[in-house]
Amino acid sequence: MNPGDFSTVLPEALLALYAMAALMFGVYTGKDRSAPLILWATAVVFVGLALWIGTMSGSRTAFGGMYIDDAFARFAKGTVLLSAAAVLVIGQDYMSRRGLLRFEYPVLVALAVVGMMVMVSAGDLMSLYMGLELQSLALYVVASLRRDSAKSAEAGLKYFVLGALSSGLLLYGASLTYGFAGTTLFSGIVTTVKAGEMPVGLLFGLVFLLSGLAFKVSAVPFHMWTPDVYEGSPTPVTAFFATAPKVAAMALIARLAEGAFGTAPGDWGQILALLSVASMFVGAVAAIGQTDIKRLMAYSSISHMGFALMGLAAGTAGGVQAMLIYMVIYVTMNVGTFAFILSMEKGGQPVTDIASLRMYSRREPLKALALLVLMFSLAGVPPMVGFFGKFYVLMAAVNAGMSWLAILGVIASVIGAFYYLRIVYFMYFGEDREGIDAGTLRPVGWIALMGSAAVMVVGIVNLFGVEALAQAAAGALVH
Amino acid sequence: MIGLTHYLTVAAALFVIGIFGIFLNRKNVIVILMSIELMLLAVNINLVAFSTFLHDLVGQVFTMFVLTVAAAEAAIGLAILVGFFRSRGTIDVEDVNVMKG
Repeated sequence: MNPGDFSTVLPEALLALYAMAALMFGVYTGKDRSAPLILWATAVVFVGLALWIGTMSGSRTAFGGMYIDDAFARFAKGTVLLSAAAVLVIGQDYMSRRGLLRFEYPVLVALAVVGMMVMVSAGDLMSLYMGLELQSLALYVVASLRRDSAKSAEAGLKYFVLGALSSGLLLYGASLTYGFAGTTLFSGIVTTVKAGEMPVGLLFGLVFLLSGLAFKVSAVPFHMWTPDVYEGSPTPVTAFFATAPKVAAMALIARLAEGAFGTAPGDWGQILALLSVASMFVGAVAAIGQTDIKRLMAYSSISHMGFALMGLAAGTAGGVQAMLIYMVIYVTMNVGTFAFILSMEKGGQPVTDIASLRMYSRREPLKALALLVLMFSLAGVPPMVGFFGKFYVLMAAVNAGMSWLAILGVIASVIGAFYYLRIVYFMYFGEDREGIDAGTLRPVGWIALMGSAAVMVVGIVNLFGVEALAQAAAGALVH
Repeated sequence: MIGLTHYLTVAAALFVIGIFGIFLNRKNVIVILMSIELMLLAVNINLVAFSTFLHDLVGQVFTMFVLTVAAAEAAIGLAILVGFFRSRGTIDVEDVNVMKG
């Protein structure tokens, strides 16, 4: 290790130190009374780090290639940090009022984000595994944060068991990859693959690695934990699950597929295409019968992951770029939607029933309009930014000669539009019954909801320059 | 002579037993934790066997990391299980059913 290595990992090191300092501060000062302060400080640190990372340039490696800092990693880190900061602040009011805001929450989120930053920078199976576990272990705990609730405890338990299973699968794949490639470095694996035919053992390793990671992005057939964990976890935690970890895991799949197995795109392209099709359809069809908006968002995220995987399945730089754009748009839409879900309450109690939205437009026209924009965007209705996300991945699939995948994607998108539009239908039509309370959205949530909706409309001009950034990021990963 | 294949076979068998332990077990969540541990140890056998076979120390370093993480994972799993037991009064797998799915 030399000083240059350390300066490369400085953002992660600082965030880890901050998390430990915040933990000490929380323990030695008034415990949960300091929780809002720690939460806001964590959000500020996230934004600060994102801005700092944004000013960096070039491509560096540290610790003998185990850790890569390039445009791709920085793009993913920026998305992870900003979405985590947004999710922290929109959930603060909800957690404070329900006595859930313990000082551990922002600390655990900070540690999970450190894990995600290591994940997206991983250049070796070991750093991949350590980053993934740091993220997962922190997430298991926040899922069961609400200790007095049977649902939350069950969500934590289910997430833990299935998450540990997926880590086991991933690790078994890593051990096979190590054995048959002779190295754990991605750069070493890629030369082994390039040298000749892919050995069967390496192919098995690749399949196990991808299955383990498919669990983390909740791609079908590894999605069964998602609806229960989303429903059972406290809503701010659900919002967190739906955003930052998905970006990190998706970036990790891209890093692994392109970085370590980039010379054999045919082998993993088929696997990812299969996962993509299954996720899009299961996510779209299974969501139709849902009455709980958190479960609905779970299936929605499964479907969206299918579309993001479609970009990766294309196996080109354009595909990676499309995936990155898709994830940024997906995260933005989710922050706005969850800001709204967090404000849904009836008589002071949180509700998640979709039917409680009946005729919401009559009570709160502006918020109903914002939610309408977000729902249209999630469904991929053309004037909204969500459509462009889908457009990019479909184009990537077509350009890579996978027109069948693109056609299936369009069909799944049409099926999926049904349940988003059903929410809009409830808000604008149907009978007027006793619905959720009006005026429950606090200023932070209001800003997040309106900001996200505005981005979905205004963003169609130039996507706020994300396209060029994603192109540079994809160019750094795919040579 | 015991070669690489034998080790890999044992590891694969242990790994599969671990997976079946998670899915076929209908009794107790503690058994699931043990099955997870079994899976991780199977991976460790794999890594050490490959490491010896390749004359490369990286596999054994990886094993150290896996062991450490497995300990942390068991600690967190047990903590979540204690929380679950406090709210439900049971740790039977059949009772993990408040939510459908």
